[in-house]
Amino acid sequence: MSLTGLFLILFLIVHLTINFTVVFNDDGMLFGELVHMMESSPLIKVISYVLYLSILLHIIQAYLLYLQNRKAKGQKYKISTRANATFASKNMTLLGSLILIFLIIHLLDFFYGLKISHTLPEEALYDEVIHVYKKPGYVVLYTVSMIFLALHLSQGFQSAFQTLGLNHRKYTPIIKFLGLVYSIIIPLGFAIIPVYVYFFK
Amino acid sequence: MHMKLTLKIWRQEDKDSKGKFESYEVKINEHMSFLEMLDVLNQELIELKKDPVAFEHDCREGICGACGLVINGRPHGPLQGTTTCQLHMRHFKDGQTVWIEPYRAKAFPVIKDLVVDRSSFDRIVQAGGFISVGTGQAPDGNTIPIESDVVEKSMDAAACIGCGSCVAACPNGAAMLFTAAKVSHLGLLPQGKIEHHGRVATMVRQMDKEGFGNCSNIYACEAECPKEISVDTIAYLNRSYFGSTFMSDLSP
Amino acid sequence: MYLDANIPEGPLEEKWINYRSKMNLVAPNNKRRINIIVVGSGLAGASAAATLGELGYNVKCFTFHDSARRAHSIAAQGGINAAKNYQNDGDSVYRLFYDTIKGGDYRSREANVYRLAEVSTEIIDQCVAQGVPFAREYGGLLANRSFGGVQVSRTFYARGQTGQQLLLGAYQALARQTSLGTVQMYPRHEMLDLVVIDGKARGIIARNLLTGALERHAAHCVVMATGGYGNVYYLSTNAMGCNVTAAWRAVKRGALMANPCYVQIHPTCIPVSGDYQSKLTLMSESLRNDGRVWVPKKKEDVEAIRNGQLKPTQLSEEDRDYFLERRYPAFGNLVPRDVASRASKAMCDEGHGVNISGLAVYLDFADAIKRYGQSEAGSRGISSPDEDTIMRLGEGVIEKRYGNLFEMYEKITGEDPYKTPMKIYPAIHYTMGGLWVDYNLETNIPGLFALGECNFSDHGANRLGASALMQGLADGYFIIPYTIGQFLSGEIRTPAIDPDLSEFKEAERDTRTRLERLMNVNGSQSVESFHRRLGLTMWDFCGMSRSAEGLTNAKEVVRSLRDEFWNDVYVPGKSDQFNPELEKAARVADFMELGEMMIEDAKHREESCGGHFREEYQTGEGEALRNDDDFAYVAAWQWLDGKDSILHKEALHFDNVELKTRSYK
Repeated sequence: MSLTGLFLILFLIVHLTINFTVVFNDDGMLFGELVHMMESSPLIKVISYVLYLSILLHIIQAYLLYLQNRKAKGQKYKISTRANATFASKNMTLLGSLILIFLIIHLLDFFYGLKISHTLPEEALYDEVIHVYKKPGYVVLYTVSMIFLALHLSQGFQSAFQTLGLNHRKYTPIIKFLGLVYSIIIPLGFAIIPVYVYFFK
Repeated sequence: MHMKLTLKIWRQEDKDSKGKFESYEVKINEHMSFLEMLDVLNQELIELKKDPVAFEHDCREGICGACGLVINGRPHGPLQGTTTCQLHMRHFKDGQTVWIEPYRAKAFPVIKDLVVDRSSFDRIVQAGGFISVGTGQAPDGNTIPIESDVVEKSMDAAACIGCGSCVAACPNGAAMLFTAAKVSHLGLLPQGKIEHHGRVATMVRQMDKEGFGNCSNIYACEAECPKEISVDTIAYLNRSYFGSTFMSDLSP
Repeated sequence: MYLDANIPEGPLEEKWINYRSKMNLVAPNNKRRINIIVVGSGLAGASAAATLGELGYNVKCFTFHDSARRAHSIAAQGGINAAKNYQNDGDSVYRLFYDTIKGGDYRSREANVYRLAEVSTEIIDQCVAQGVPFAREYGGLLANRSFGGVQVSRTFYARGQTGQQLLLGAYQALARQTSLGTVQMYPRHEMLDLVVIDGKARGIIARNLLTGALERHAAHCVVMATGGYGNVYYLSTNAMGCNVTAAWRAVKRGALMANPCYVQIHPTCIPVSGDYQSKLTLMSESLRNDGRVWVPKKKEDVEAIRNGQLKPTQLSEEDRDYFLERRYPAFGNLVPRDVASRASKAMCDEGHGVNISGLAVYLDFADAIKRYGQSEAGSRGISSPDEDTIMRLGEGVIEKRYGNLFEMYEKITGEDPYKTPMKIYPAIHYTMGGLWVDYNLETNIPGLFALGECNFSDHGANRLGASALMQGLADGYFIIPYTIGQFLSGEIRTPAIDPDLSEFKEAERDTRTRLERLMNVNGSQSVESFHRRLGLTMWDFCGMSRSAEGLTNAKEVVRSLRDEFWNDVYVPGKSDQFNPELEKAARVADFMELGEMMIEDAKHREESCGGHFREEYQTGEGEALRNDDDFAYVAAWQWLDGKDSILHKEALHFDNVELKTRSYK
């Protein structure tokens, strides 16, 4: 979980960097260039397969653990107050599942046309993005999903380090702080894009 | 000051029967400990020739680890760093309803009422939670100097009383904090380093075999541990586990 | 009966070494065929079972707890003594021996105590190797602290949890043997009878506490490490489950009980707060280093304090009686446990006790806080500090020393001991008496051994602080593994004992009958209520101070209480199921008999020594008066059902120390 999670965390940075160029007022010039670069680089191709595998592993492992843990938990408490436990930490599977639903919609929107059915040519991607983000329902869906992602990341970031045993009296507080910053900035960045497009493009 | 409480207590005849909550009223004194409050209830039940509530307890000074009830949803009750036996009734309000449940985890089956079977902990220790030194083999105690900070850290983990509240608190029913505390206690000391990797592997294997869940870093265990053992021990266990799985070329 | 202690010949310091070298051994191939039962899994039991397992014997270890780690050894706070002389302050095996003999008021066996002091050093080495996190100096070497009654620093400690850490060490050694298959654990099993065949201990009847089933377990010998009997007083610092049943069953089968009246009363415990109280909590002896013990001088102040109209902090210095400092100017608040306890009781008996029950004295840290605050302010360069600063700094120093104890006090009482003096009162803590054993730790029943607090051997009439852990581990790790060979070397031709022999069946039948009898009384009073009444009688008449008249009276009270118990006790549930009330009932029934024997012993011992204080035998100033001419012996009692117990004496010889009167004036 932790290794795949950390890889996905890295991926999100790259993903956001590219996406953010959508908001530039250059009619998608830079965005188009970056997309082209990603599509043509063999190295990126390899990494993308690692990414698919990571996502798949992350999901499968999550559900397997969920099932195991549910079995280990035994009977439910009548009164349950998990002290010290954040909402996100207790609901990682739920949050992950919601993100998965979003992911499927998201992939159907762009990835399917671009990579599988080839109905969406690379050059038309920018226009498609603008087109989709002009629909209010999509804007809401994207924004809300990013809240789920934020929560998921807020637990996942430092949790990955804990699971890998990377803790240290001096550095763990820094990791926790970075995790917080990351889990706010990345989803916020993703959420800004459709909102910006909807109102200003 | 005297106070009146409504108790909702889990009653279960034995391991196989289905339990349910029973309601009791008790009049008590605020200076009583939580277990003395149950003593009072049991005296009343016995006088009425009814079955008293079974609950585990022994030293009543917070060190044996026998007691442990889930009180209003919290193992060992509302007070931080305190076992059930050291919890006093002045922390409750007159007229309050108190829900009392046994520890719930698949690896801790209920024996009767509030008594659960925690022998799985013993088996985890038997799987490697020791240093292999026979009586009489030891060199002089001062042969190996140990940094006092290291000993203090080891002692923080060794303070575990094996009560199982970490498992009870964990939504996953995991025994990571218990196992990690033992691994840290021994592994941090030079005497325990020799068997460290093997110990980690065998103890974790046994923990899984007993049917405990997996750690997903929720940290409810740390909050409920009466000895306030840190989840840093779990990170240490994880680090050691990777070490024993990927780095060590000895097969334990 | 002539009691032969089997003490080896030769000079004191060579007895154990020589004896060990010439002892009979059991060859490894024979060890594999020999079965040993160990009852109890505390420090003594766990260390013995683990070591015997390592040696190659087949060991079965029984405990009534759900896990070996719960034994009450775990609650020992202060530390463990050892004559390591790491501090270079003149400690030696002889000095530890001498302190222990003197501390025990010259009522213990020289040879046993010397051996204890001798092996003490090995215990520390063993525990360090097991991973016990003893406190260390900055240089990484083992740290020591000093304890009451001695002039050297020889106590090793792991914070305030030394007992816990030592027990976990032994528990882990036991776990290791369990995993290797040499020791088989029987948790939640209680020994309810001893099986004696042809005069030798050959097994036990144990009750599986989960199912209620009675089980017959046979072995070549039986080792008991079942702790002390302090719970005969109901209220004590013992755990709720501590009991005498296993030991008492051995007594009923002919083992002798030695010096049952020697009971240690610890002066600094949290007082009883109400009649619902189930146990007493010890506050470490170390508090008396900085706390001053006092009561109000005037009765009207006492009254006002009890009513809550007056706070202790409002009382002026001249209205306070610092009675330990007044009576014992040389030692002040640091007099030994028995002396401090008696003085507190005397003040309360005179009506100066400060809580509602009238049974508490103050332990005040205000002076210490002020003193430390001033010196701390000085060392920080604060000139003319105000009152608040001094108090704040002083509380900081006190917190560093006793923080965890103060926290525990506040948890239990709800009062802040930094702001108002602690209330303390003496409580039953440890029992020096126990099963009579010889130098081999073997009782008068061949093949039955007793270790740790369960036996009587090393502490005489009073135990010094940090010596209980030492004795438990000495017996288990370093003495019984050798001495048991003396018996077992004669048993190598004895085949495995058959648990279907008639003696086993008979013992099982006896046990079943006893339990059924308890179940069938079907009276109206709970076990707990009888236990409380027994405890109160024992405390009032056979507690801190005893008199012939009180003891004579108490014997009758206990006897009639016992009759009442067997006629009117009510035990709910059934005997063939998990039934904690039945467990308690069987234990209280045995306490009822033990209580009578303790009273008998206290009555016959017409002197005051250590924890045993007879009002008739005191000096003009109220100090204990020993009688070495008539009572320098071990009183070993034989129980006879329905009759008075019979006294057997083992004379004590002091060839290496001179008998002196303890004085702390």
